[in-house]
Amino acid sequence: MTTEAAHIPVLTPDELETPPLSLQELTWRRFKRHKLAIFGTIVLVLLFFYSFGGAFFVSEDYANFNDTTISLNAPSQQHPFGTDAIGRDILARTIYGGQISLLIGMTAVIVETILGILVGALAGYYGGVVDNILMRITEAMLNIPEIFLLIVMAKFFGGKIPDISFFGRILSGSVVLIVLIIGGTAWMYLARIVRAEFLSLKERDFVLAARATGTRNIEIIFMHILPNCLAPIIVTATLGVANAILSEAYISFLGLGVQPPTATWGNMLDSANNYLESAPWLWFYPALLILLTVLSINFLGDGLRDALDPHSRTV
Amino acid sequence: MGRYILRRFLQGIPLLFIISIVLFVLMMNMGDPIATMGGRTLTRPADRLRLTRQLGLDKPIYIQYIYWLVGNDWAKVDLDGDGIAESTGTRHGILRGDFGTSLVNRGVPVIQVIAERLPNTLLLMVASEIVVIVGALLVGIYSALRQYSAFDHFITAILFIGYSMPIFFVGLLSMYIFSVLFKRWGLPYLPTVGMFDPTVGESVGQVLLHMILPVLTMSFVSFAAYSRYIRSTMLEVMSQDYIRTARSKGLPRVSVLFIHALKNASLPIVTIVGLDLPFLLGGAVVTERIFAWPGTGRLFLDHVTRSDLPVVMGILMLIAFAVVVFQIITDIVYAWLDPRIRFEA
Amino acid sequence: MTSLLDVKDLKTRFLTPEGTVYAVNGISFHVDEGETLAVVGESGCGKSVSMLSVLQLILVPPGEIAGGVVLYRGQDLLKKSEREMEAIRGQEIAMIFQDPMTSLNPVLTIGKQITESLRVHMGMDQKSANKRAVELLEMVGISDPSHRLGDYPHLFSGGMRQRVMIAMALTCNPSLLIADEPTTALDVTIQAQIIELVIRIRQQVGMAVIWITHDLGVVAGIADRVMVMYAGFIVEEANVNALYENPRHPYTSSLLEALPRVDRRRDRRLKSIPGAPPSLLVEPHGCPFAVRCEFVIERCRTENPFLTAVGENHHNIACWVDIKTGAQR
Repeated sequence: MTTEAAHIPVLTPDELETPPLSLQELTWRRFKRHKLAIFGTIVLVLLFFYSFGGAFFVSEDYANFNDTTISLNAPSQQHPFGTDAIGRDILARTIYGGQISLLIGMTAVIVETILGILVGALAGYYGGVVDNILMRITEAMLNIPEIFLLIVMAKFFGGKIPDISFFGRILSGSVVLIVLIIGGTAWMYLARIVRAEFLSLKERDFVLAARATGTRNIEIIFMHILPNCLAPIIVTATLGVANAILSEAYISFLGLGVQPPTATWGNMLDSANNYLESAPWLWFYPALLILLTVLSINFLGDGLRDALDPHSRTV
Repeated sequence: MGRYILRRFLQGIPLLFIISIVLFVLMMNMGDPIATMGGRTLTRPADRLRLTRQLGLDKPIYIQYIYWLVGNDWAKVDLDGDGIAESTGTRHGILRGDFGTSLVNRGVPVIQVIAERLPNTLLLMVASEIVVIVGALLVGIYSALRQYSAFDHFITAILFIGYSMPIFFVGLLSMYIFSVLFKRWGLPYLPTVGMFDPTVGESVGQVLLHMILPVLTMSFVSFAAYSRYIRSTMLEVMSQDYIRTARSKGLPRVSVLFIHALKNASLPIVTIVGLDLPFLLGGAVVTERIFAWPGTGRLFLDHVTRSDLPVVMGILMLIAFAVVVFQIITDIVYAWLDPRIRFEA
Repeated sequence: MTSLLDVKDLKTRFLTPEGTVYAVNGISFHVDEGETLAVVGESGCGKSVSMLSVLQLILVPPGEIAGGVVLYRGQDLLKKSEREMEAIRGQEIAMIFQDPMTSLNPVLTIGKQITESLRVHMGMDQKSANKRAVELLEMVGISDPSHRLGDYPHLFSGGMRQRVMIAMALTCNPSLLIADEPTTALDVTIQAQIIELVIRIRQQVGMAVIWITHDLGVVAGIADRVMVMYAGFIVEEANVNALYENPRHPYTSSLLEALPRVDRRRDRRLKSIPGAPPSLLVEPHGCPFAVRCEFVIERCRTENPFLTAVGENHHNIACWVDIKTGAQR
């Protein structure tokens, strides 16, 4: 064996550098590590299949079909979730109710995200008087608990929107109303976050560079700064869906939300009180479905938050 | 520090005004202003005209806002339409406590209607907040200390589920278990309706008994959320360098925990507790509905469904005021607790 | 003569989701009464972790002390319970840390933070403790000490905070002070002041010091002996002069050669060590420096060289090759 000292160091395989991962790959990797987030995503997908896929097995007419002779029947083979006060099959109603609830959740979030981004971006970017006014309004609305605003608005704008035809089905106008008022009362949280991001990002050099080359403000806001704060927007929007579904459930539970015959998980709980003892299946299944949805969205949101920004704190 | 307090108060006042403007605008567009301000619905045109003038509703909107704030009993009103103002107005304005009279409870001042129910809600809210804080501190701290243990994992899972639950689910479920099922199983069961059993009469014991389920309902979700927050705050604090320093000085564990760690952890906790008021109020509405508790939440619901605007506006203004004041108090307490703010370098 | 601190074959690991981190892989060293030992090495070589292990300040889990013996005045610290360690920490062995901004509790006055050791370990009442605290603050050069007792840490500058930390460490007259890179976060001029302070105090009090640093310049100013660590191993240990004049381990000599020097030619490139330190997630096999070493032989890759004495004066190195002659051991 030679005793010559080797002058060129030999690097063993594990000391070789691995090629750097792109941001998307890193994020995806971090997300995959979150077992719960994956679990939540799967449950959500299943719930979507249940609500939208279930429509292939059960017609809407069946869901609305009422036969008072079989009202308040306990779960049986024919009606696995039982029947409600006027004899409708609860399982079918949870399928169609789920469609509306999930739909409301997602569209309300679209409304509140748009509003939140607009207010936050304008306030954060322009600062000064614009910021002051927008933030005062935001604060004012934040100071009134959401539920109260929802109740008042639902009551006083209720009935003003006509039923609409949507993909061949008749949707109660109250659905649109609920989407608008949920979106209209939940945008403030996102607005504050977006504003904070804009405040810090607008001082950065890339904004200075854009301005120096004559880019218009609108372009700077939406094409340059906004793409950089996607992470908190995505997380807030995801968690916002859970919040919207809950808000819809609360307001429908109180009787002021989506009106019959359109079913939602929330309004299936209306007057559940009265049948608490005699027919617990009336409220149990819709409430359980709501819980599962919110839970899996929370899992997903947690995972997204960790994946997109590992330094933020989980609450 | 004194300047900070002053500044916070000064910031709060314009905020309240803005809220009042928002609510005023809302109110003007939501119903019949004459009925709202006058406390009664009138149909005869002559009556309406008279009342309109008396309430100052024929004036421009900014004048109306001022009348709403401070009343019009200091101004002259032209009642008979001859162009000469001779009578005095009848409104005192909300700053002097005149929120009008209820449309549902004829003639009763809104303030009185609210005052009758307010203590009941306060009872629930204070009790819930105590349960939440004590419970969350215990569970959060213990869980943080026993990180990675089976207990910690189990509790974390339960808390996660808990804070994803809608309040009415907690309410209905607890009602079902502790009242219906317990009764069925022959166990002593909890009451679910109202503040006391009318046949027994209103006593401290009765009220306490009836409070159990509503307080449980109102506090469960918040308790879950705070426990998680306190746990993560404690974990973060415990990993700080100054804790390592404290341990390296050989200080006993208890001392490290309660003096060094907790004092730092209490700062974010104070913030969260202070900002929870809106959520608690919202929860009161749902809870009072489920348990038929005669509080302001239920009052709000009842009077909204019956379009009793004066009461509705009164409650909203009251809530907004409470939230703003509470926020200011929270900020001040936080500033006082954190020496970095209290003694600015 | 028994040493004050005698560590034999200390091993510390961390169990993380990515795998086991082999932070300290069997190190042995000693510190005598009153002497100053410098521990040198790059970030991640295990210098801080080994000293934290001595005081059992490693968080278990995820850390664990996987083996070894730590004899302090003849008693094995690793066998002691938490209660017993609380009596040792702060009283017999004190530690100061790198970042004075985060190492002091922001919500407690410095008076409270100094006096609590006095009250816990020496049983003093608040008044006497305050008096002693004032003396200590004077000793470390804080002006107007009696008024500053009631101040919070954020009202002090970085250098003053480090002085406060030193005062805190000295409260119970420890026999050994472990200083974990106390000047790394400070300006150069403040650095010099702190070093001077420690030198003055250790003489006054007769205290042994373990000074952890990655700065070879600091070592020259303060140490009696030096130990060089790499990837969780000790690779060389010698008196400070011997180390600088006659480094016997390839790593040490490369480190010294990498130092920019005023008297070297300006047009030459600075000599750096090629490659990177090994990943601590891999269980060490053979000499950790083998991959980057210019004197490497086949044996280095398979067998870990242990610290053995070479020559006179307690000069120990862990290497199979004599870098002077090229001969194998």
